[in-house]
Amino acid sequence: MTDSDSSDAGDRTTGKRLDVVALLDRYGIVIVIAVLGLLIYASQPDVFFTWRNITNILNQNSVHAILAIGMFMVILTAGIDLSVGSVLALSMMCLAVLSASMPWPVTLVIGPLVGSVAGFVNGVGITKLKMPHPFIMTLGMLFAARGLANIVSGGVPYSGLPDPVRFLGSARIPLGEWGGGMQSLPVVVVFVVALYIGFHIVFEHTVFGRRLYSIGGNPQAARVSGIDVDRHLIIVYTICGFMAGLAGLVMAGRTNSGFPNAGMGIELEAIAAVIIGGASFFGGRGTLIGVFGGVLVMGLINNGLNLNNVSVFYQQVLIGIIIVVAVSVDVFRRNVSTRK
Amino acid sequence: MNEMDRPPVVLEARGISKYFGAVTALEDVSFSLRKGEVIGIVGDNGAGKSTLMKVLSGLYRPSEGKLLFEGNEVNFSTPSDARRLGIEMVYQDLALAENMNIAENIFLGTEPRRTFLGGLISFYDHRQARARASEHLETLKIHVKSVEQAVGDLSGGQRQAVAIARATAFDAKVVIMDEPTAALAIREVGKVLDLIKDLKKRGISVILISHRMDDIFYVCDRVLALFHGKNFAQADLGDTSRSEVIGWIMGTLNHKGTLAHDRL
Repeated sequence: MTDSDSSDAGDRTTGKRLDVVALLDRYGIVIVIAVLGLLIYASQPDVFFTWRNITNILNQNSVHAILAIGMFMVILTAGIDLSVGSVLALSMMCLAVLSASMPWPVTLVIGPLVGSVAGFVNGVGITKLKMPHPFIMTLGMLFAARGLANIVSGGVPYSGLPDPVRFLGSARIPLGEWGGGMQSLPVVVVFVVALYIGFHIVFEHTVFGRRLYSIGGNPQAARVSGIDVDRHLIIVYTICGFMAGLAGLVMAGRTNSGFPNAGMGIELEAIAAVIIGGASFFGGRGTLIGVFGGVLVMGLINNGLNLNNVSVFYQQVLIGIIIVVAVSVDVFRRNVSTRK
Repeated sequence: MNEMDRPPVVLEARGISKYFGAVTALEDVSFSLRKGEVIGIVGDNGAGKSTLMKVLSGLYRPSEGKLLFEGNEVNFSTPSDARRLGIEMVYQDLALAENMNIAENIFLGTEPRRTFLGGLISFYDHRQARARASEHLETLKIHVKSVEQAVGDLSGGQRQAVAIARATAFDAKVVIMDEPTAALAIREVGKVLDLIKDLKKRGISVILISHRMDDIFYVCDRVLALFHGKNFAQADLGDTSRSEVIGWIMGTLNHKGTLAHDRL
């Protein structure tokens, strides 16, 4: 329709303000990461910006990074998955227990498989049992999967896994000698980067990914457009469970064991990374690149405070503050952009 | 005009009834819609307008009666069945995803895609979506800054235009609109009504549900009133008046009085 001249001019000014907001929205996390990096670099110039420390940060946060992909996917559809920590433990225990009696290829796939089944159960429960909110179903799974993790292992840790199973979590690619020692790249870092690139393409460039945004934005619109919302949600929770299983495999490989208390509370850290990364809790908004930024912010805070010998308790306080600040910035941004 | 010269009937309802348990929402409702015709459907709240629209768009199955599309009897079990024939519904609550851009909203559920591995992977063809959305908005003379604008940033009238563009993106023959101007600022109402006139010019038939007599008398060729779920009256626009139509809504024929409504 034809805009009158006056409304055109009005649109143009809001357009400009929106551009700044949109830029901050998209790249704000990069600025936060740069500032954090500079602060830590200033406090520990000899240690921070070394290959070893940077790959350590990525390596230590790989489990969070993997979980955050699945968590972002469910939050994008205006859902939540509280069970990923327990599902991680269940997957880890299943593979650790089975590694003693089964050939390694079975052990390798059993973790992600168990995770997928748990996620599928979540998805079916949420859609077919018509739970009032995914919170309820996944809260149930949080308890049930943790209990099962203890049942399959008799409540005790198992250690000693075959090398091929440990590969993903612990192998390193040697890169040669520099900076006063042999340098290497953890395999899991390459794996995580590949996962993020792959899922970025899924979210931005596939019909499935774009439909997830529409389901999060307006499920009713998606439904009347002929999109099978329930089917999409079941797939989403299954993928989230698969990611938890994958994270269990990585953690098992790194620790060369399975322990039933693994990943306690880690679901909240994954949610924190997604929220800090700019995804909306109400669904439909956020990018996977932002989520990766959110994981890095949490990793950098952890690393910076460790390097400066600050107690872990302060880290928790800081993460708490950052979550609240990140979301209030988001609310402020939303208010600015909806003011017409 | 004699009967031979009139455009063909596109959609016809014959004796449609719809019961919900003991409640009768529609009883023996009939009407027909010709190609390029705009019919206004009026009635008070609970008169059965929305139920009739839901029957026509495939959301409800009629309890009795039949629907004919281009002369053939049709049975819709889902809205997709109706859409396949070219019957599109523009919902009152718009059914747009505010977080997504205009092009993505227009092609929601019917995304242009490039498929690989026998349809296992479908890539969203953003370039084609943008190009086809721009072209389609162009033909409807809907002007937006960019088809990549988020729908949440648009005004109510622009959103309504996007919703109509969405309904007409794929060879629509009948567009059903439920109160398309109810939520709009006054200066935007005219734009949406002109858009409806434009659809008519392009041979698309429109069923317009509206409470606003101004809308009805500006765009419609014919008006049909429902009362308590039944056909109450209908007339070509030239043969009736606002006060008569308002009387129909209230269930009185030959209404000539000067009620509060008429003086507004």
